Amino acid sequence: MTHRTVRLHVNGREYERTVEVRKTLADLLREDLDLTGTHLGCEHGVCGACTVLLDGAPARACLMLAVQADGARLLTVEGLADGERLHPLQEAFWTHHGLQCGYCTPGILLTAKAFLDEHPRPTRAEIREMLAGNPSVAAPAISSSSMRS
Amino acid sequence: MKPAPFEYHDPRSIDEAVALLARHGADAKVLAGGQSLIPLLAFRLARPAVIVDINRIPGLDYVRNEHEGLAIGALARQRQLERWALDGSPFLCTALRHVGHAAIRTRGTIAGSIAHADPAAELPALLLCLDGSVMARSSSGQREIPARELFVSHLTTAVRADELITEVRLPGLPDGAGWGFLEVARRHGDFALVGVAAVVALRNGRIAQARVALFGCGAAPVRATPAEQALAGQAPTRGTFAAAAREAAGTLTPDADLHASAEYRRSVAHTLMVRALAAASERARGPG
Repeated sequence: MTHRTVRLHVNGREYERTVEVRKTLADLLREDLDLTGTHLGCEHGVCGACTVLLDGAPARACLMLAVQADGARLLTVEGLADGERLHPLQEAFWTHHGLQCGYCTPGILLTAKAFLDEHPRPTRAEIREMLAGNPSVAAPAISSSSMRS
Repeated sequence: MKPAPFEYHDPRSIDEAVALLARHGADAKVLAGGQSLIPLLAFRLARPAVIVDINRIPGLDYVRNEHEGLAIGALARQRQLERWALDGSPFLCTALRHVGHAAIRTRGTIAGSIAHADPAAELPALLLCLDGSVMARSSSGQREIPARELFVSHLTTAVRADELITEVRLPGLPDGAGWGFLEVARRHGDFALVGVAAVVALRNGRIAQARVALFGCGAAPVRATPAEQALAGQAPTRGTFAAAAREAAGTLTPDADLHASAEYRRSVAHTLMVRALAAASERARGPG
């Protein structure tokens, strides 16, 4: 029982892969599905770079086994844009230079998407609390740009 | 980082899960939300031979009013209880908002956090403050373990290796009681350097009952029992609270680490305890 076959929907597409049971969801996305937009920073749930939407809710892809995602619907950063048209959040990050090196940006985008889906008119304090889960050297830039827009 | 190899089981019933625990004992670890266990596996601080993933057991994700409080199934997520608590349970809501971040609470379970028993975690302290309990099942039966007997030491509870926590029982606040929940952490969502959960009920302008649970102050969350007893019958003043907090802080044996010295933790515990008791007593007085 060291391998299992998993089926999952990612960004609207169905995948089936046989993976080691100890493999994390983040590694499945990156290594088996070639979706390398999900970044790995700390690999223990602190940095938030690997945040994806699991059945619509933000979750750390490094803190789940791939086998646990069997049957799940996932959205990764690759699924945000509509073809060539960026998602409004991506557009806003671009316009306001809301990133520096960009490494943690995929996780921030997905965290922000889930957050805005739930809080369409957030307060400054709510934005700060939301961003606290995705530490970044660029966080001050993001936080000020989101407050301007 | 990769976890060491393990044998993976995802049982479809509690009976099947506890049979696996009976067979593998201390070689097995239960996987629920995974927000504590997966990092331990990734760092190889834990190398269980067997993982028993309970996520596919149907019917364990409930939160319902029962036993004059809440019955919370082993798979109820922290985010789920947080949403539930938005309507009329500000004490729970406040405590839950200190648990990690939204993305952690999406997966993290109430029972899992309690079973993990990190001494700086919020939910074990909340359970202790509300005199809650857990239901533990094994292949030989079921027992209820009160919070006061549950938390033994660092990451160690009275739950045996062949037992599974199937339910958390969280009593409501005593009638007319107020609450206070405060913690100091380096960053919102981090484990607390020190935290305090307090409940105060008043009668005729005096403290009828006070409860204080301190966390991040030692190997396990603790109730400040002597201070609680000293508070009963007193007037709810800053002076009374300060005396109780002095007594409680003096008995604490917090660890010193990279983040804070033991003395600092004791001092913060004192300050937070005064404020949490004052907030609880203010709320107990209520708007009318």
